[in-house]
Formats: sequence, C-alpha cells, structure tokens
Amino acid sequence: MSLLEVQDLKVHFETDDGVVKAVDGASFSVDKGQTLGIVGESGSGKSVANMTILGLTRSPITSIEGRILLDGRDIIDAGADELHQVRGEDIAMIFQDPLTSLHPFFKIGRQLSEAILVHKDVSKQEATDRAAELLDLVGIPDARRRLGDYPHEFSGGMRQRVMIAMALINDPRVLIADEPTTALDVTIQAQILRLIQRLQEQLGMAVILITHDLGVVADVADYINVMYAGRIVEAGTLDEIFYDPQHPYTWGLLGSLARPDRPRTRRLSQIQGQPPSLLAPPQGCHFRPRCPHEFDKCKQTPGLDPRAGVPGHLDRCWLPPEKKRTLRVVQGDQIGLEAPAA
Amino acid sequence: MLRYIVRRVLWGIALLFLVSAVIFLIFYVFPNADPAKLRAGRQANPALIEQIREQLGLSDPIWEQFLRYMTQVFTPFDWFGAAEHGGTGPLNFGRSFQSNTPVKEIILERLPATALLVAGAVVFWLLMGLPTGIISAVKRRTLLDRVTMVTSLAFISAPVFWLGLVALYLFASDVGVIHIFPGIGSYLDAETFWAKCWSLFLPWLVLAAATAAIYARYLRSSMIDVMSEDYIRTARAKGVAERNVIMRHGVRSAITPIVTLLGLDIGLLLAGNAILTESVFNIPGIGNEIVIAIRRSDLPVIQGIVLFGAFFIVTFNLIVDIAYAYLDPRVRYQ
Repeated sequence: MSLLEVQDLKVHFETDDGVVKAVDGASFSVDKGQTLGIVGESGSGKSVANMTILGLTRSPITSIEGRILLDGRDIIDAGADELHQVRGEDIAMIFQDPLTSLHPFFKIGRQLSEAILVHKDVSKQEATDRAAELLDLVGIPDARRRLGDYPHEFSGGMRQRVMIAMALINDPRVLIADEPTTALDVTIQAQILRLIQRLQEQLGMAVILITHDLGVVADVADYINVMYAGRIVEAGTLDEIFYDPQHPYTWGLLGSLARPDRPRTRRLSQIQGQPPSLLAPPQGCHFRPRCPHEFDKCKQTPGLDPRAGVPGHLDRCWLPPEKKRTLRVVQGDQIGLEAPAA
Repeated sequence: MLRYIVRRVLWGIALLFLVSAVIFLIFYVFPNADPAKLRAGRQANPALIEQIREQLGLSDPIWEQFLRYMTQVFTPFDWFGAAEHGGTGPLNFGRSFQSNTPVKEIILERLPATALLVAGAVVFWLLMGLPTGIISAVKRRTLLDRVTMVTSLAFISAPVFWLGLVALYLFASDVGVIHIFPGIGSYLDAETFWAKCWSLFLPWLVLAAATAAIYARYLRSSMIDVMSEDYIRTARAKGVAERNVIMRHGVRSAITPIVTLLGLDIGLLLAGNAILTESVFNIPGIGNEIVIAIRRSDLPVIQGIVLFGAFFIVTFNLIVDIAYAYLDPRVRYQ
C-alpha cells in the first residue's frame, strides 16, 4: 500500500457550455521518499487532479469520482474538519506563482505561523520560533528578522522559498509542488528544485512534482506520469520514459526538449496543432488528431496497459511495440515525433 | 511611512489653497451682479451702496482683495486691510447679506445636525452594506444573492426624496400608516442628544439605503475577485477553515477599496450632499442652509459653505490616503 494512492480519479466541471472532463480516470501513487513527476501541457488536468487531492476543486459545479487513499483511508469525500486537517498537515502544496500566492497584506511571519496554529496547539511564540527555523531551513538569510517583512519585500525566488517553508512547517508526509519553478528565472529554478530535493532527503516525504517541462523532472523524479487531455497516457520510471518512451505524445515532448549538451543538428521539433477542447474531446485516443502515426484502431479508446515484460511501464497507445521502436527514432538516435517518410 | 504622510498633508494644504483661489474667482470676479448692491438690499441708494463698497473693499485691486480674502480665511493676522474690511480670521468668510451674522457662526450652528445625520447614516450603511456584500459573494448565484442584489439595485435607483416620502408615509408617527418613528421636523423639537438621534432614525435609514446598496454590490464584486486569488487558495491549502479564509484573508483584501469610497462619501455628505434628506425631513443642516442662501443670493454664506465643504472633502481624502497606507503595506513603499 502506497502512502498516497489516487485511483481512477474523475473530475468533471458542469459549465454552461457542457461538461468539461478535466480529469478523466487518472490513477497514480507515490510513496515515502519518492518523487513522482507529472508532466503535461497546460489544460492536461495535472493541476486539477492534484488540487482535487486537497479538495481544492470542490464547488457546486464539480463532480468528483474515484478514490484518493492516504495510508489506505479514502479522503475523496472527507468532511470539512477532516479536510482541513489533511490540508497542510498530511499533504501540503506549493503553487506556480509565488508572487501571487502569498497574502500581500500580511507579514511573512504571520502567514507562516498561521499554518502551524491552525493545526497545532502551540503558543504564538513557539509558532514564530518554528517559522524562523523553517525560513532558515529553506535558505533565507537573517530568517528571524525577515519574519517581519511583507511578501513584496522578497524576490520571486525568495517568495517561493517562503512558500516551501510554509508547506513544510507541519512536517507533511506528502508535498505537492505544482509547477514550482515555472514563474522563476532559470538560474533560480535549479536552486528551488535542488532545495526541494534536499528537503525531501532530509525529511523523507513523498513529493509530487507537476510540470510542463520534462527537463525539470529529469533531475529529480523517480517516476514520471505523462498526462494529456485529462488522461494519463504513459507512466514509468524516469529511465523508461526518457530512454524507452512508448507513447507518441511522450516522443513529441522529448523531441521538443532543448538539449544544449548535444550538437544542434536540426531545428527543435514541435507537436503540431493544439490540445483538444475538454468539452468535446476527440473520440478514442485523445492525441489522435495531432498524431502522425494515427491508424484505424485509434478511434477506440486504448487502455493504459503495461508493456509486455515490464509491468511498471504503462502506456495508452494501440501501436505495436516493435513498430514504436522504429517510428519514434528521428534522425540519428534522437527520439521525436515526426510523420514517417512516405 | 512618515514621509508619505507628510507628503500627503502638504498636498492636501496645497489643494485647499487652490480650491480657495478658484472659489474666490467664482464669487468675487465672475459674478455680474454687484455684491455691494446685493448687500444693500431693497432700499438701496447710491450713497449706501458706495459706503458698502468701501466697507467691503470692493474698489481695491483684485489681487489685493484676493490676498485679503486668503488672509481672512487662513490666518489670524491683519494683513492687506483685513481688520478694516470685514475683520480678521481665521475662517472669516464675512457676514451674511441677509442677517448680518458672521458666516462662520451660521456654519457652526448648522454643522452638528448634518454631522449627526451623516454619522448615524454611515453606521447604518456599513452595518447593512458590508455583511450583505460578503454573504452575497460567498453565496454567489443562489436565490439569496439574487434577491439581495435586485433589492439593492432598487435602492440605488430610488431617488432619496421619493424614498424619504415613502418612509414617512409608512412609518412616521404623525402621518404614517404605522406610527413608529418621529416624522418631519421632529429634530427641531428634540432637546436631548438621544431625542435627536431618535428623531433622525428615519433620515438615517433613508440616507443610508442607497449607499448601503452601493457598498453591498461593490463589496460583493470585490470579494468575488479576491476569493479567486492565488493567496486564498494558499490559505485553504494550509488548512485554514473556510470561515476564516473568508473573514480573515478574503474580507481583509476586499474591504480596502471600500475605505476609499467611505472617505469620499463622508466628505461629500458633510459638504452638503445630504441636502435632499435634510430638505425632506426638515433637518436644520448645512444642506438646508445652502438652499436658503442660494435662494436669497446670500453670497458670503454660499461661499463659506462651499469652502467648508471643500475643506471636508480634502480632509477626508487625506484620511483615506493615510488609512490606505496603513491597510495596504505596498502603498507605503511607493
């Protein structure tokens, strides 16, 4: 039994225009000390799926199905009290934009200690001490003095560190990081990723790292799930995804990755077209309209099935394995998504 | 922070000077009616008019009149012949053409009624408007929200004088269908402070209704915006109970722009904008006085009230600016 296990999660929004199937049957799990990378374009459902774990997508127009098991306990229908306890204490989350994720009117110290005080029966002084300790842990110099500063007195990278400190202040067992580096400068991105990695090693928590950038998870993830239009299309270990990818969408993502360490033999490849509208996704395989390798069978929905002999490596594609091996190679030894030469 | 306040105060003073100058232009330079003739009244003869002209210093050059006027309004000194022509200041706006009472006395006599009217109305509209706005935002798109928003639109659209008459018709103790609250002119008979408050009950409600409705709608939309902010999601994600997310994190942000509105509204009402309510309920306030003064072409009184009003508006703007810096830490560092 994994620490956190999401089973067949469906999150649908009933809008005026119709039902948006933001997440349509996603399953994934993560264990203590592991890092799961969830990769996909904007609108693939990766954020919605993870916000749903914390009940953050609940609303009168949302319908949520499936199971979210925390230590085997299903929290998908958790009541308000149980949910408030899970949030921040068992599972903590940090978000994409550190500039807007902190309350602009409250001092950092107050926002940090509030996170403790809602969960633990400690004095304000103890909460403040703990807040200073955490700021120090995430590498903010002169931590105690900075508790009295407002968010706008911190840079973007520093604010993301504050967010991380706030998330970790109650020793959560799971940290969900939703595009934690997307809004930051490239130089700061690496710092923040390394910080998350170091803290995970120190504290032994499970981490779910959500990103649209395969390059971000390449360094830190143990497992990777690739999401596309509300579904997981491929799941496997880091090596499996990078060196033996099975789904054409994953090929496309890998092909569009800038690789400064390799000679530039050609232009970066791109995936043609746009992700489908989740109001009316294509019948069958959702990636079908953008896939140059589409054939008749793709009009039926492929299951997320394990590859023969590799039970942990799953993908959602009808192409036979031997055909994939030839189709995914473009120019030399690189993997990419291109129409086969006629 | 201190620098910010000092800068704001200096701005306020400069603004007040500018407003005074404009008012001087409007009342002394532009009118084609001769102030001396107005002052002389019906039985005017050339000699009397000439005497008044001399007394008010109206034949002096414009710049000298202007400096004398500014001296009388802002300083206690006898510069530019202030003592000789109308007496020294500060706050000397001259005497009423009609009753020969100093304008300052007239204003100070009228101010308490207006101040009490406005103070009570502010309390009422905040008590009605703010909770309504918050609840409507939180219960957005429910029946409750729709009903309150339609009701508020009705109150915003209803003219104050009509609302006042309806309120009197329904609730006044003399002419009302149900005899509950004191009616027209009851303020004039009220002796004690509490009696005055009681007599102002209907006027408070009437004056507060439209503003409460505006505040409710404003706070609702500002609250809806705030509740979709990222930092609200952060508060939820760290386990803060929804009630506190709304009250501590949400309202704290949404209320800030309301402070701006509040300052301006109080300033405007004290400056005479409660005129309709005062007329309907016959409350002897600033607004009522300016109507009388205008009807009688009593220039010094009109001018005094306008300048006083400008003073209130500038002052409350200043208070708003300072309050804003206190409420929003980002402002302090700009």
